[in-house]
Order: sequence, then C-alpha cells, then structure tokens
Amino acid sequence: MAPLSDLTTEPVGDAGPSSPNGEPPNGPPGMMDRITGVGEGAGRALLVPALALLLALIVGAVIIMVTDVDAWRRMGEDPGGALGDMVTGVWVAFRELFQGAFGSVRAISETLFTASPLILAGLAVSVGFRTGLFNIGARGQMFIGGLFALWVGLHVELPAFLHIPLALIAAIIGGGLWGGLAGFLKARTGAHEVITTIMLNFIAAFFVLYVLKTSLFQEQGSDLPQSAPILESARLPTLFGAQYRINISFLIALAAVFFVEWLLFRSTIGFEFRAAGFSPSASAYAGMNVAFLYTTVMFISGALAGLAGATMTLGLPPYTVTSNFPGTIGFDAIALALLGRSHPYGVLWSGLLFGALIAGGRTMQAAAGVSVDLVIVMQALIIIFIAAPKLVRAIFRLKPTEVEPTQLTKGWG
Amino acid sequence: MALELRGITKRFPTVVANDDVSVSVEAGEIVALLGENGAGKTTLMNILYGLYSPDEGEVVVDGTELQLSNPSASIAAGIGMVHQHFMLVPVFTVAENVILGLEPLKSLDWIDKRAAHDLVKEVSDRYNLAVDPDAMVEDLPVGVQQRVEIIKVLVRDARYIIFDEPTAVLTPQEVEEFFEIVRGLQRDGKGVVFISHKLSEALKIADRIVVLRDGKSVGEADPATATREHLAELMVGRPVLLTVEKETANPGQIVLSVEQLAVLDDRAHLTVDGVSFEVRAGEIVGIAGVQGNGQTELVETITGLRPSLAGRILLDGIDITDHSPREIHRIGVAHVPEDRQESGLVLDFTIAENMVLDAYYDQPYSRGFRMDWDAATEASQRLVDEYDVRTTRVDVPVSNLSGGNQQKVIVAREFDRDVRLVIASQPTRGVDVGSIEYIHAQIVEQRDMGAAVFIVSSELDEVMALSDRVLVMFKGRIVAEFDPASATKGEIGLAMLGSGGAVE
Repeated sequence: MAPLSDLTTEPVGDAGPSSPNGEPPNGPPGMMDRITGVGEGAGRALLVPALALLLALIVGAVIIMVTDVDAWRRMGEDPGGALGDMVTGVWVAFRELFQGAFGSVRAISETLFTASPLILAGLAVSVGFRTGLFNIGARGQMFIGGLFALWVGLHVELPAFLHIPLALIAAIIGGGLWGGLAGFLKARTGAHEVITTIMLNFIAAFFVLYVLKTSLFQEQGSDLPQSAPILESARLPTLFGAQYRINISFLIALAAVFFVEWLLFRSTIGFEFRAAGFSPSASAYAGMNVAFLYTTVMFISGALAGLAGATMTLGLPPYTVTSNFPGTIGFDAIALALLGRSHPYGVLWSGLLFGALIAGGRTMQAAAGVSVDLVIVMQALIIIFIAAPKLVRAIFRLKPTEVEPTQLTKGWG
Repeated sequence: MALELRGITKRFPTVVANDDVSVSVEAGEIVALLGENGAGKTTLMNILYGLYSPDEGEVVVDGTELQLSNPSASIAAGIGMVHQHFMLVPVFTVAENVILGLEPLKSLDWIDKRAAHDLVKEVSDRYNLAVDPDAMVEDLPVGVQQRVEIIKVLVRDARYIIFDEPTAVLTPQEVEEFFEIVRGLQRDGKGVVFISHKLSEALKIADRIVVLRDGKSVGEADPATATREHLAELMVGRPVLLTVEKETANPGQIVLSVEQLAVLDDRAHLTVDGVSFEVRAGEIVGIAGVQGNGQTELVETITGLRPSLAGRILLDGIDITDHSPREIHRIGVAHVPEDRQESGLVLDFTIAENMVLDAYYDQPYSRGFRMDWDAATEASQRLVDEYDVRTTRVDVPVSNLSGGNQQKVIVAREFDRDVRLVIASQPTRGVDVGSIEYIHAQIVEQRDMGAAVFIVSSELDEVMALSDRVLVMFKGRIVAEFDPASATKGEIGLAMLGSGGAVE
C-alpha cells in the first residue's frame, strides 16, 4: 500500500508546517472543525474517507470470516478447505453486495431510492455544521415534516401537479419550524442545540405516535398507529414505471444538493452562515446578526430534513405511514455529513455509498446468508475511521503532519 | 555550564525554518532571541523542547549532547519552557496545576495536597512570586498565571528557562514585575532565554542579544552599546523608521463627539463612566491607559458592538448611539479591532473572503442574494498589491499569513473607501517591525486625507508617536489630556496609574 503515500501531498491551505512564514500556524482548528471536516483542504478531505471505506471493507471481510460457523467446525479436520470456504464466503457476500447495489436496473433503482432521503437529511446536518451548529434533530424534523406532508396527502384534494408541490411545501414548513425552534431557542436563550434537538426528537416521535392513532390520520376500523393510504394524487411519481421504486425524490435530492452548494458558497447568506460557523465574534464585528443566522440556518436545516421525511411518507409503497417512518435516517444523516465533510457534493457521494450498502446488504442477506447488520457495522466503522484520521494514517503508514498540536481545553462551545 | 544549540538546521517542505543556527546561554545569563514573526524563533524553541527534531546540528546541555525526542526528555535535561499561551487547567488551584504530572502521594494513592501546597509556597516565597497556592487559576490575572507557569518550571528543577514572547499578554506594570522575576532567576544561577520581537524589552533585560532573520542567525549585539535602530535593521534587513513621520495636525470640524457615555461590561460592572471627548477631522487622538480600564468597551460601544447605558455618540452631528455595527460601518467608520484573530478576521476564510467580510452585502461584491466572487477576487488582488500584503494568491486561508500581513489585510479592507472616522485598537499588536512602520504610515495618511482618527493602544510609545492629542483613561474615566510633543512618558505613565495630570 506504499503508493498511497503519494497522496499525502497536502493542499495549499492545510494548516501544516508548510505555511509560508515557516512557523506553526495560529493555533489548531477547533474540535468541531476537526470532526466535521469544515475548513479542510480538498485533497486531504478525500483521502481519509476513501481509506476509511477500504478499511471498513477489510474489517467487514474479517467479520464474515470469523462468523462463518460451518467453516470453523471443519477447521480441525480440514483447515485448508475451511479457510478456502471462508474466503469464498467473503467473495460471495461482497459479490452479492455489489450485485444488489449496482448489478441490475432494479439494483440501481433500489440504491438511488434508498439514497434519496439519506442525501436530504445529510444535507440538513451539513448546513448546520457549516454554521457551527450540531443539529442532532434531523430525526425529529423528518417526523414533523413528514407528518405535515402526510396530512396534505390525506386531506387535500387537488390534481397531482399541485398536490405534490403543496405536500412538499408543507414538509418544508413543518421541518423548518421544528428545526427553527431549536435555532430560535439558541439565539434567544443560549440553549445548546444538541440538547434541544435531542429533546425535540422525542417530542416529535411521540407526537407522531399519538396523532397516528387519532381519527385525523388513522385508517378507519384499524387499531394500529398507522395512517390510511394517502391519496393517489399525492404519491411521488416513479421515474421508470411501477416495477422500480425509484421516484422523483431522487431528483428532489439532487436539486437540494445543487441548492445547498449555491446557498453555502455563492449566496450572501451562505457567506454569513460560514462566517458565523468559523467565528461568531468576527461575524458580529462584520455587522452580521448571528442570532438571526442561527435561527435561519436551523430553519433551512429542518426544512431539508422535513423533505427527507416527506419522501418517506409520500414515496414509499404501500403509501400507508407507520409510527417510525424515519427509521434510522435521522442519525445516519450525521454520519453522512461527517463522511461528506459537510460539503454538498461530499454528502451526495456518501449518500449514494450508504444507499448502495443498504440496498446491496438486503441482497447479500438473501443470497449469501450474511446478515444485513454487517452493513450497519461497516457504516459505523467508516465513521470511526473518519473520526480518527491519525489511526488511518498509522495503519497506512502515511507521513503525519509533524506535530499535531494537542487540543487542550476546547469543546463544542 | 551552558545550554548550546550548535549548527541547527530544520527544513519544512517549502521553507528552511532554521539554517545553521547556533545559540548558547550560560548559567546566570539572560539571552534575548530577537526576530520578526517567521524568523524561526519558535521552531528553534520547539527543537529545544523536543517537539521537532533538527535535520542537522546538535543540542548540548552542560557538555553532553542530547537527543530530545519529546518534552519529557527536555524537562529531564533541565530545560523549562513558559509558553506564550499558558498550559493551565483553569478550574484547578495553583497547587494542583503545579503538581499535575508529578503528584506527591500518600498511602493508598491519595494526593498529598499539604505537600503540594507547601512546595508551591516555598518556591513562590523563594523567588518572591507572591502566588497563593490555593487560588483557582481562572480567577487569577494573566500576569499571575504566568508566574504559575514559572513555578511549574522551577518545581521541575529547570536550570535553563525559555520564555516565548512572555510580555505579549502583560500590562506595562506586569512587564516590570516580570523583569524583576527574571532577574531573580538570573541571580539564582538560571540561564534564561527570552524570545521576543520587542526591541526595547530585549535591550532592557538581556545580557546578550541574538538576532534571527529568515531562519539564520544574523548577528549578536551587546545591549550596553546596541541601538534600537541597529537592531531593527538586523531584524528586518533594511533600515527601519522607528518614529512616526508626520506633519503638524490641521484639525478641522468635529467628526466624532462622545458625550457623557456610560457602558457596562460583560459582568454588568460600570466600565465606562461618563466619558466625553471629541475627535476632529485631520487629527489623531490616542487613548493611553493600562488595559482593562474601559478602553475595549468604549471602542465596542462607539462601533455598535456593545449597547450604551447612558450618553450619546455623534458622528458629524448625527446621533449614532446604539446603531448597528453595519449602519456605523456604512456611514464611513473604519474599525481595526483589538483582537484581529478573534474578531477582525475569519482565520479559516481566504484572503479574498476576509477582504469582503464587512462589505459583501453591497455592490459590487454581491447582487441580491448572489455573491460575485469574481469581483471580490479582483478587488482583493488589487488591495493586496496596494497595501503590500505579502502573498502570491488571494485564495489561500488568511491564517497562512504572518501577523503583520494579517493586519494589513484588515487595514486594506477598512481604509479602502471613503472614511470619515478611523477607530484603531492595538493597531500593531503582535505585528513585525516592518509592518508597524507601514501601518503607522497608513493611519497618518488617513488623517492627512481628512479623516478623524481615534486610536487605542496599550503601548505608550505608540500612542505618543502617533497621536496629536493623548487622552488618558483610568477606571472608566478620562483623567488627563496631554500634548505628546511636550509631555514626557513619565507624566503620562503616572496619569495612567490614576495620579497626577490635569483633569480635563
């Protein structure tokens, strides 16, 4: 793996000893920046995630081997054959994983379908990171946004070309208000957004559980917390016919990627977001209203998560909604933002990666008999390796930056 | 008995930080290591402290060559370091901080707090440091925190003590006290290395001065005979103007008028207490005063960053009290803030992004919601050339620049428009000698173009050199006014301590 070290050439702007004045730069980046990857150069930003993925695949292979019970039973009498079985097991599992993700039109459809809400929610967390906020509340914002869309989908009768946009706008408003509430609380009272968004997650989850059992949403005659099927006109249209699940949510996610890229890097308010994320005091000096920015960015973040929720309530056959419709996406979103270094294009690629892993994992379980939980383990491993770049560098014997200054007393602020 | 660095060379990918540098300090000697930011002082000290290993050369302590591969090895060799940014746990007591890492233990691994207390007390008394072992570090003033760092070094039996820019964070009185402490260390036979870029301090305290420039040692000087001009030329590599050249002021109409202003600080204490003064077009008014006497809050209130409690602020006769920072900026107030890294710049942003930090919302840098980065880059390129910011590109993070060049970015951004009033706080703090000369010239030019200029500095020399009138602030009030042409440093210094001087 020696050639990889060629990749360590640090980009301009990396805070290494190569700064032109020849002395170490002015202090280490904040803990938050190091976790979220905000402020890193492009080359380095790609290197560590790529290596993290590779490491996760290797560890995944080891897990498949050591959990191959049949092969272990034969280890005593026929060690060579047992080892061969293990290697074959890994090969088959990874082949099916790949087949299930990219091997057919249906597989690609499943990958993109699964990736869409992940990308939207990952973008939600990313815009927060860029502004220096840790939005743990994508889950709650998905609940509320999805619920708003569900209500429109059940109770408003309109032609599809009006009904769907209206339901999506309702999701934007619902998720936006839920996220904006946490931003408003931070701006006005200083309440830390990590605490408020976690609590708002609980409130949203139980609120949805409650209302799904009221006559407003519940199917007539049912006793389950499950909604009636939404009206035909509110269902997100599929892109390639009913046999493939991929629908316009993927186009919505793509549009959101470009929108967030424009917002963060080409708009004036995005400039303010990023300035406030790096330095609230410099933003105040420059005449920006930091409290207003916190509220606004949390609204936008919540709106993106709300859209992710809407894709789950409006786009998932059989179009009835259960009480845990966001699944784990709200938390996967944090992992996605980390993996994508809080950059919209990074989130797009990591969303596609996670979508492929999940879609492929289902096939892998069915065809190779390896539990789909392995995919979750691999996702977690990717995040761990990304959070510990020193570990990755040590494993691949990459030349470290000479002195990584020890972080002394800085927290998330 | 000496600590010697012989022929040290340290290369980084793009720069040779130290090029065959040799420095030594004897026991009982104070050596000043003088150089601009980027001259290689800090790299050299990091080598001594075991953080970097040199590519060539050797470190010799008392005749033995040592391989310093980590700070523990340095400490074991008798080398102690007091960093510019203190390494203290704020919520621990002084004694707890001092013993951190070498805790005296009783049975069952209980920390012997009594012993720790006594140890700190003994060292503090021996060197006359007056530090209370039981005080919480976060409650102590910066000067005392520095003494805690000194105690830490002494408790670890350091024979050679290195101070990295020790006076940067101290008030003038604290600097005096610090020098006394250093002389006490010297009497006790310690070898002291004093890293600084301040000429006057090096001349005052050192037995010998070594000057570094561009990673090379360019000369040694004897403080008894060396002049400031000579040292500055060694540091910068060309003759430097240490005084400010300016014509007599030609004051015009009143631009800034502050009337009976009162302001609270963050802890709701009255910190500006009925301040009134005026600044006219074409004059420079400087505030002298020990830091923490309300100057910071005064500037924040004038620039809209802090609400006032009472009083009025007028600009060209218009009431701007408690207007937003943006409104005040837009009517022609240029503000060079006290802490450029904290509030003047977004360090992770590029030079171009910083150049438009407080004008991005206007044409030509944006139109509606859309930023025009081409226009911003173009303007930044022009400003970088015009204001002598040393960089090849404007799309690199501003944190790559030296302190002086960072300050020039701010000066360029603030001065490159129609300015009615310049407010500059600590305009040259932590800035190299060459850039100081340049920034001072820019401030004087603003005055000569008809702007009213208001400066605040804790460096009395700077206030006296720049100002046409000097106001002295003490405990939130303006207690005296001087004409810098006729007043002496002693008179103003006394007024800064709250005695003497004619009350306005």
